Amino acid sequence: MAQYLLEILSEEIPARMQAGAARDLGRLAGEGLKEAGLPFSDISTFAGSRRLTLVVEGLPLRQDDRAEERRGPRTNAPEAALEGFLRSTGLAREDLEARDGVWYAVIRHPGRPTGEILGELAGSLIARFPWPKSMTSGSGSLRWVRPIRGLLSLFNGQVAPFEIEGLAAGALTAGHRFMGAPGLFPVRDFADYRAGLEEHFVVLDRDDRKQRILDGARALVATRGLELVEDAGLLDEVAGMVEWPTPILGDMDPAFLDLPPEVARTVMRVHQRYFAVRRPGEPGLAPHFLCVANIEATDGGALIATGNGRVLSARLGDARFFWDEDRKVPLGDRLDRLEGVTFHARLGSMRARADRIAAAARLIAVQIGADPDAAALAGRLAKADLATGLVGEFPELQGVMGGYYARQEGLPEEVAQAISGHYRPQGPSDMTPREPLAISVALADKLDSLIGFFSIGEAPTGSRDPFALRRAALGVIRIILENGLRLPLSVLLRDIYGREAPTGLVAFFADRLKVALRDQGGRADLADAVFALGDDDLVRIIARIDALAAFLASDDGANLLAGFKRASNILAAEAKKGPLPEGAPVSVISPPEQAALLEAWRLCAPTVGAALAAEDFSGAMGALARLRAPVDAFFEKVLVNSEVPEERTVRLRLLTAVRGLMLSVADFGLVSG
Amino acid sequence: MAAERPLSFQDLILELHAYWSARGCVILQPYDLEVGAGTLHPGTVLRALGPKPWRAAYVQPSRRPSDGRYGENPNRLRSFHQYQVILKPNPPDMQELYLGSLQAIGIDPRKHDIRFVEDDWENPTVGAWGLGWEVWCDGMEVSQYTYFQQVGGLDVSPVSGELTYGLERLALYVQGVDNVFDLAFNDPESPDFKTYGDVFLESEREFSAFEQEAADVAMLQRHFEDMEAAVPRLLAARGRQGQPLVLPAFDHVLKASHLFNLLDARGAIAVAARQSYIGRIRDLCRACAEAWVALEGAA
Repeated sequence: MAQYLLEILSEEIPARMQAGAARDLGRLAGEGLKEAGLPFSDISTFAGSRRLTLVVEGLPLRQDDRAEERRGPRTNAPEAALEGFLRSTGLAREDLEARDGVWYAVIRHPGRPTGEILGELAGSLIARFPWPKSMTSGSGSLRWVRPIRGLLSLFNGQVAPFEIEGLAAGALTAGHRFMGAPGLFPVRDFADYRAGLEEHFVVLDRDDRKQRILDGARALVATRGLELVEDAGLLDEVAGMVEWPTPILGDMDPAFLDLPPEVARTVMRVHQRYFAVRRPGEPGLAPHFLCVANIEATDGGALIATGNGRVLSARLGDARFFWDEDRKVPLGDRLDRLEGVTFHARLGSMRARADRIAAAARLIAVQIGADPDAAALAGRLAKADLATGLVGEFPELQGVMGGYYARQEGLPEEVAQAISGHYRPQGPSDMTPREPLAISVALADKLDSLIGFFSIGEAPTGSRDPFALRRAALGVIRIILENGLRLPLSVLLRDIYGREAPTGLVAFFADRLKVALRDQGGRADLADAVFALGDDDLVRIIARIDALAAFLASDDGANLLAGFKRASNILAAEAKKGPLPEGAPVSVISPPEQAALLEAWRLCAPTVGAALAAEDFSGAMGALARLRAPVDAFFEKVLVNSEVPEERTVRLRLLTAVRGLMLSVADFGLVSG
Repeated sequence: MAAERPLSFQDLILELHAYWSARGCVILQPYDLEVGAGTLHPGTVLRALGPKPWRAAYVQPSRRPSDGRYGENPNRLRSFHQYQVILKPNPPDMQELYLGSLQAIGIDPRKHDIRFVEDDWENPTVGAWGLGWEVWCDGMEVSQYTYFQQVGGLDVSPVSGELTYGLERLALYVQGVDNVFDLAFNDPESPDFKTYGDVFLESEREFSAFEQEAADVAMLQRHFEDMEAAVPRLLAARGRQGQPLVLPAFDHVLKASHLFNLLDARGAIAVAARQSYIGRIRDLCRACAEAWVALEGAA
């Protein structure tokens, strides 16, 4: 068994594409090996700023011989047809086999050396690699994320040769751009490759780079009695930007500490990729930053620390200029400028949007017990910071800055919080607003987008969701559920929109809720079973789904589901023969199983009804559970499709009633299993 | 190069000239029209089109009327200088050539943290885009590095590599100065030492006021329309060798583009009209690009 090592050395690969590229490399290699009939025991991949690496373990030295049987013409077909078949297979007549009046040829493909196949595979894999954005360079036509600079292709210690646009794969690679000896070094196998890279100042594995950054950074800040503000997303990105991660602690001018901390953090994180630093137990930031350089500088990093510090000061100086200027103009005075900012050609200006959000926030506030005037004010001002200099320069701070400016001009704290939090939740890990006022504005913002874009026929399709409406709908769902708000969606949408909700919007919410449930490991079929009831109160829907899941997990639930399906099948079969009999079930004395089921239904129905009215869904399901034994017994002993027409009628009426009672709880027909 | 004393602004330019001249570039002069970026020089935008190899380097004063701060901001200028290099086709070792140029101006990559950070460049008014990086030196963007993929709305082949150095930023870095107007323009020990401010501060002050307050909007609009009308007319006209007048037509595109920037700085372009202006300039540029490619192919 042997090992294959492929390295594609290129100019700097964008950090955000590396994880996907490693996945694609492993997937394409696995598919290609399978197609070539080459078994393997393990595939691993690595991605960093300058290289993509593939290691396949446990490969055979040769491909197995393969035989392919091809069907030819019939034995009584004209001679010309047979000759054609012989030509296409390259065989003679005596090599053929006649079976059932048809000629068959067996073509033998001798197995080829694995190294040969791997070279071809690597070449074709590179040629069709799915980069999200790719380019050509020089006079070539190969598309890659940035120019390829070197190819290393080693099978079992030998070069598995291939060539791309004049670049031949070999057994050499390059180390760090600036550290160590320049030039290329030879590689024997993966262990040697990994060690050779380390020796030439390249950490191959992303996780190792991350650990090195964390360990180094924590130790470095601890020497000054500081603490790192950890940030997993930033760590991931930085680990994709350096080959020899070297944390460096720099100083920030303490005069900038009076800026809102979000401003300094945004500048550090988004623009400079620095980690922020704080003093343990103290609020706010400490006047330092931690950057991760790609080299251990010959002067110990002093120049790098000073240089980065100066860049940070210049950036923060810019921010300070805007912060000072912005505070001279009240948010309300900025609304006029929003007139000139188009939200969408068919949905008017940002000013018009602000007015709509204000009106919607007022409506929602009334329903959830927030101050309607404050909600309208916060709604109207929510987008005003888009016209400020600081948000123009740092768009990531939209909302947050609005909150600061509102506070600065003396608006109530709840209004400031409602403005700053109105984009929430911005991602799966972001919290939803909790205060009624903030909830009103956050919901109004999202519902205005959804109603607007659906009303002009801009609903998301397939992978296209340019206005992030899926996220907006999920945001609405999360805000409603996490705060337990009783807001029937269609009523809410109608109130805001002033007429029926645009086509497809309520169904879109149902769909998003299903996706959200599935993402949390829930069953989409249960959501369907509950949605079929036509309810649009999300809190109630979820309660019902939870109760249903618990019920179906019980023995009674599973059996009753089977009984329901059986009843439905019988009713469907009988319905084909003619309309099902109508009317309430009738009492009988025998068979006793029929009488028992009827009795159970009679007792059960009001209990279920009362529980549903009280939104006690476990109660309703518990009541249904009492039907299980009688239903099982009924199917065991009673033939519904009796030859006596009156018996058949009465039994069908009973089944219809039992089924109807279950349907009032959930559409069990949509539950799978 | 004197390692002890950092390069003055003009020595920075001279070093880059010497470096790129030694690597086969023709050293051009700045284009003698107002442009917003070095890319717009016909030595880049037109020469990047068509099949012929081309290597050029030049300084281009770049005017950004909206960035004017009346000479009061130490970091922002309405006119600054880009050092522009175009290598067509881009050689395989272009990154190394670029790093060599940094060393030539005194930036030692074993002491400084040089990074290539993803930044895909595009210029919608000339219908151009490419993939590449902004190059960081200790966290500061010192260059833009791009492999052109389209220019004038046309796919390019061969691909050109473009380097744009922000000269003021680079000089601030090399000289360790915080205020652009304090940069040493020539050698501080020379008989008549001048700072960057001595040379350009008055210009920043006057032109900021001109561009943001005093420029005549109606006149700018009229001129824009004149330039726009001239482009198709010049492309339809024929020179002595029977060619369309592409280079004069392109000059008019550049003028239209600068007039648009001035109108923008005067706040005379409504948000809704903005895209339409950009589209008009892009169409003009595309017409020139097509005519240029036809001409280069025929030659």
